[in-house]
Amino acid sequence: MTPVAAGYKPQVAVHKFASCDGCQLAFLNLGEDLLLLSSLVEFVHFAEAGPVNPEAPVDIAFVEGSISTAKDVERIQLVRARSRFLVTIGACATAGGLQALRNLADGQAWIADIYAIPAYVESLMSSTAVAQHVKVDLELWGCPVSSRQLVAAVRALLFGVAPVEERDKVCMECKRSQIVCVMVAHGLPCMGPVTRTGCGALCPSFGRDCYACYGPAENPNTQALTRRLEGLGIAPAAIGRRFLSINNGAAPFTEAGLRLMHDHD
Amino acid sequence: MTEQRNITIRVPVLARVEGEGALELETRGQDITTLRLRIFEPPRLFEKILEERDYSEVPEIVARICGICPVAYQMSAVHAFERLFGVDPGSWVRDMRRVLYCGEWVQSHALHIHLLAAPDLLGYDNAIAMARDHAEVVRRGLQLQALGNDLIRLFGARSVHPVGVRVGGFYHAPSRSDVAELYVRLLAAVPDAEALVRWAAALDLPAGEQRFVSVSLRHPAEYPMNAGRLTSSAGLDVAVEEFELHFAEQQVEHSTALYCLLKGRPYLVGPLARINLNLERLPAAVRVVLDESGILWPSRNPFHAIVARAAEIYYAVLEASRILKDYSVPAAPYTAVEPKAGVAIASTEAPRGMLWHRYDVNEDGRVVRARIVPPTSQNQARIEADLRHSLEAFGLDHSDDELRRRCEMVIRSYDPCISCATHFLDLRIERY
Repeated sequence: MTPVAAGYKPQVAVHKFASCDGCQLAFLNLGEDLLLLSSLVEFVHFAEAGPVNPEAPVDIAFVEGSISTAKDVERIQLVRARSRFLVTIGACATAGGLQALRNLADGQAWIADIYAIPAYVESLMSSTAVAQHVKVDLELWGCPVSSRQLVAAVRALLFGVAPVEERDKVCMECKRSQIVCVMVAHGLPCMGPVTRTGCGALCPSFGRDCYACYGPAENPNTQALTRRLEGLGIAPAAIGRRFLSINNGAAPFTEAGLRLMHDHD
Repeated sequence: MTEQRNITIRVPVLARVEGEGALELETRGQDITTLRLRIFEPPRLFEKILEERDYSEVPEIVARICGICPVAYQMSAVHAFERLFGVDPGSWVRDMRRVLYCGEWVQSHALHIHLLAAPDLLGYDNAIAMARDHAEVVRRGLQLQALGNDLIRLFGARSVHPVGVRVGGFYHAPSRSDVAELYVRLLAAVPDAEALVRWAAALDLPAGEQRFVSVSLRHPAEYPMNAGRLTSSAGLDVAVEEFELHFAEQQVEHSTALYCLLKGRPYLVGPLARINLNLERLPAAVRVVLDESGILWPSRNPFHAIVARAAEIYYAVLEASRILKDYSVPAAPYTAVEPKAGVAIASTEAPRGMLWHRYDVNEDGRVVRARIVPPTSQNQARIEADLRHSLEAFGLDHSDDELRRRCEMVIRSYDPCISCATHFLDLRIERY
């Protein structure tokens, strides 16, 4: 990577796949900083904000949403081919999203249950992370990602340095922020010990348990946490559901969740 | 205009609409032969995701349906469970939920007005381009949007998928000093919000009245947010539990969402419908500005939705400051709940309109079946009806570009939130 040459405005695209739009909001919620950001980079494709040019070659492509249709399988290849640096934003693009739960169920039956005429619905039976289809250069975890994460990534790329990836556990962030441990002090089933930091330990700061919306941290010890949660009196299936939630498609959580569901069937 | 012309206008991606949709229009001479608002949001099957989940997990899950109005989804869900479980969380929770909802209305409406709709009306491609000539307008809008987001953050720690709401109340009560800080900002925003309504009313909006039915909640004393009966401008007045007796979702082959119809007909939900049905519930300050707007309310011109949205921002800023004026920290920010089996139903007013939830719950408090009817699927049929009417009024002899711009303007004026539609059809979309 090289720093951006003076006078050159890097071209940026924001693409949407299956998602709630909440991660794109991390741009649109920047307030006046959005105007500053748009003086540093050129948004050439960002349909929700205005510019529509999905095929333009770009320096950075931000991708929100999971891949869940045949068309989207093709579209993500085109995005990759036209982007120098591809960044996934959020749980959907990075781990398949909540909607990846259909991968663990009978997706066809799910569709038939909601739609009177399922034949009209051309959807894959799976919802998968972008990295299962194309090479991803940077993953920004979180449901949703924060403006801070996005701006830090853009800034690093403008400087020509690799963005710093946050992999610590939420526990580390609680300690740094001097937040009283909600598991130790209140016996709450906190997912912080296996969850990646980056949110600012928001849930513990509100006196509640983390629900793992930032996905797995580095070396997550899901078995030890499972034993601890069982010790708090949480039923195995309920622990399983905690793993099989927003980041159910992230491998350590899929494995831990399925193990709990199957062991206690 | 006897010239015969066959036009096919395809707008593969609608800019400045939340989520992805497209419009297909075919005309033959002066007749519209095909008009389809296609939605290509892949289904995420939330109603199935919710099955077997504990009631306490539902507020986090349904928030993920929409990043722009997560509070609305949380509010409809918690009210549904509390009604079934027979819990009254008390006046503090009730008031603070109203403030939280005010925050969402302000941020969502300000986002729509300034970043999505205004560029259309003032002739720019996007808000960044518009900011070069209308810096003050854009700055005022972004500041209001930030204020709304910060109100949500006060109770939810973050503005997208906030983490503060639980069945029975809140996880956390904000401190008096945090509230005091926001209260000062709310007071300072009052003149801006009032000026915004006047600015919106002075926009050069297309004229033209249409016949349509407005639907919103109505409360005996308040402008509707979290409570009230389901009412319409055609005389409907029923409890929210009776929704399914009057409204039906219908699968349409050509594409898009399940259309929700009221007794088989299209209807309007959202800010314009709310204002039309609840004018006398607005405080005098908002009424005065609306009366001076030069618009006769209730309005039958769908383009007046942007004025209604601005008026609701003004209302929400006043309402939040009224409630937070005498803020005190409660002994506990929630009431403990005991689950019971039954059917949990509630409806609240999302920024884009009435949002109806139903959960069939077993004795353990687990969801057996869920049904969610979001505002955008309720407005689908109305948007198509409006497009037909507006294009005929506009005249099909305009150039393709002019027709396309007009169609986009009509669709955008409904602020459709396509991600919101939990169940969308037809992914047989060609990308042209």
